[in-house]
Amino acid sequence: MSDIVSRRTMMKGAGATLGAAAFAHAMAPLTEWSKDLSVDEFLQKHYKELTRDELGRVLLHLKEETKRKYGRDVDIQALPPQEGVSFAYALNLSICIGCRKCAEACHQENNHDRRTGNSYIRVLEMQQGSLDLEHGNANYDHPVPAEGKYYLPVQCHQCDNAPCVKVCPVQATWKEQDGIVVVDYNWCIGCRYCEAACPYHARRFNWAKPEIPPEEINPDQGYLSNRIRPQGVVEKCTFCLHRTRAGRLPACLEACPTGARVFGNLLDPKSPIRWVLENKRVFVLKEELGTRPRFFYFFDK
Amino acid sequence: MAASRHLLDYPRFLGRLLWMSTDGSWRFYTWMTVLSAIALVGANAYAHQLAEGMALTGMSDHVSWGLYIANFTFGVGLAAGAVMMVIPAYLYHDHEMHDVTLIGELLAVAAIFVCLLFIVVDMGHPERAWHLMPGIGRFNWPISMLTWDVVVLNGYLLINLHICGYLIYMRFLGRKPRKQWYLPFVFLSIFWAISIHSVTAFLYSGLGGRPFWNSALLAPRFIASAFITGPAFVIVLLQVIRRFTGLPIGEGPLRTLMSVMRVTVLLNLFMLGSELFTAFYTGGTHATAVRYLFFGSHGHHALVPWIWTAVALNIASAVVVHLPATRRHVWLLNLACALAFAGVWIEKGMGLIIPGFVPSTLHELVEYVPTITEWKITAGIWAFGLMVLTVAVKVALPVLSGQIAASHAEHGQGPHGTEGPEAKQAA
Repeated sequence: MSDIVSRRTMMKGAGATLGAAAFAHAMAPLTEWSKDLSVDEFLQKHYKELTRDELGRVLLHLKEETKRKYGRDVDIQALPPQEGVSFAYALNLSICIGCRKCAEACHQENNHDRRTGNSYIRVLEMQQGSLDLEHGNANYDHPVPAEGKYYLPVQCHQCDNAPCVKVCPVQATWKEQDGIVVVDYNWCIGCRYCEAACPYHARRFNWAKPEIPPEEINPDQGYLSNRIRPQGVVEKCTFCLHRTRAGRLPACLEACPTGARVFGNLLDPKSPIRWVLENKRVFVLKEELGTRPRFFYFFDK
Repeated sequence: MAASRHLLDYPRFLGRLLWMSTDGSWRFYTWMTVLSAIALVGANAYAHQLAEGMALTGMSDHVSWGLYIANFTFGVGLAAGAVMMVIPAYLYHDHEMHDVTLIGELLAVAAIFVCLLFIVVDMGHPERAWHLMPGIGRFNWPISMLTWDVVVLNGYLLINLHICGYLIYMRFLGRKPRKQWYLPFVFLSIFWAISIHSVTAFLYSGLGGRPFWNSALLAPRFIASAFITGPAFVIVLLQVIRRFTGLPIGEGPLRTLMSVMRVTVLLNLFMLGSELFTAFYTGGTHATAVRYLFFGSHGHHALVPWIWTAVALNIASAVVVHLPATRRHVWLLNLACALAFAGVWIEKGMGLIIPGFVPSTLHELVEYVPTITEWKITAGIWAFGLMVLTVAVKVALPVLSGQIAASHAEHGQGPHGTEGPEAKQAA
């Protein structure tokens, strides 16, 4: 009997060793993955809980990382929202010609992945006389503007009742004082629930590590906006907060050849956005969902 | 008995179970080896996915959840459905059912493991999972439905682990389990089972931007389909156990579970019909996703074969389970179970998760086809779940039937077939 037991024990030992070896072999690709993981980054606190010193160290680390991975010196800042500022955007559908210069500018400004040609802006070519998105087409490929069509650029609407913020299980996305919905790319767990919740297709996920040639990297970066995002996290339009919080305009607005885009501070009575809201008949997309967007559309006629 | 004795007994109990879990016939070793091989293939595919990014999946910004979340949803239903043995046993005092409820609870444990794994492989940053821990992370409770899901799933796992663990341990010690230590948890598990699948439904139905999911009928539909797959799986499982362990499992539980299925398969079809009526009679944009799912749209048809297969399987299972002959021939019952299981799996997966994303919120039609990586990982997780279930059942049954107990644990083999009245009571 003891012979059988000891033979069985030996067999079990052999089986366990073999199993462990096979498992280690199967998981071997993980060494590649763990190279990009540092203890500091793993233990990093939520953006809102970082002290000034900690934030400074994080920014320094990110700059070094960009240098190491992409071979480029960049400046990464964490500009806070300004007092008495509440941003909003408006877009004149009568003069938008669907040239997609805004989407292209967004792509470059925000250091999007070159392989996928990503952008936070999607322009829909719409049937005149219809606001039904079902009659829109985002993949048109002909000279614009086309006969009988109008164009509807869609980007993050920075909703005041944002479904994406509601659903995030770890508060990795939230609304800032100045109305901008941001993501802490170092806190996002990559569940993509926000992507499912957004009614405006405004969120993007980094399905792989973004590829950008060093010379094309925009070095003027923000922690919460256009720094190069890690693989496996969600990102979104931030009204270019690294620019707009420093008093500049969003890249998409500067790129628009027709002047269809209007941006500004809602709390400033002299701002162009206030003029639009007071003098034009504006509307928002999918108002019935109660998301209360800060991105308005209007027609001249 | 002094509590200090448990300090000795409990580790011994666990050690004994662990040893037992690796003992078995050649059939057992073959089965476990095959499952291990599949699980390893899955683990390898997952390691690649983690290193190279989720671009290895067929998902996109348009269809941001795919096979993993589909299987997660189905798994939650399986876990919830396992409680269908507890309700007749404890609420309706079905004594034959009493003998096998533990198997349902073990199935629930294994199914929750499967669900949690599907969540992990769907995360872009699994190492940041600690951000989800209440206290040290930033748990967005009670606002995010996903945090509710974390609470109810882990709670359900703990409740079932406690019930199974307590009953098995007491039996191991040769003592009569005390009712106050498991009965309240048994009743809690009934409500909790409903909650896990309702909360999972709310995860989807709470999204206003996705009309396909935004239906109050979603949670009831989830529950109905859970009460199909749970019994279907257990009916087959009980026969496998009866065949390979020689444990005397009567026809009673099989009959009861079949009666449950007779109701739930029809209920499920009825609710599907109700949803189709609302979609198609109203028509317009509201029906776009349903139209795409059932008939295709603008030249895209990826889901059409899936959903019609699901409908055909569900109708076929409803017919077979109602045939008078099914009461006499167990193979017909097994056929009905297999049809229903496959039907609901498709309905909850390709028929529910994917059409929520097609067309996208801006009405773009981007289709989704799972990649080989996704299939490997999915198969690996199910194989792992079957391993957990096999080991759990294999370890629990000999203890419950009195073959293994603390008094003769040192001597290896215990007396066979000493089925005392306490054992029956405990199970």
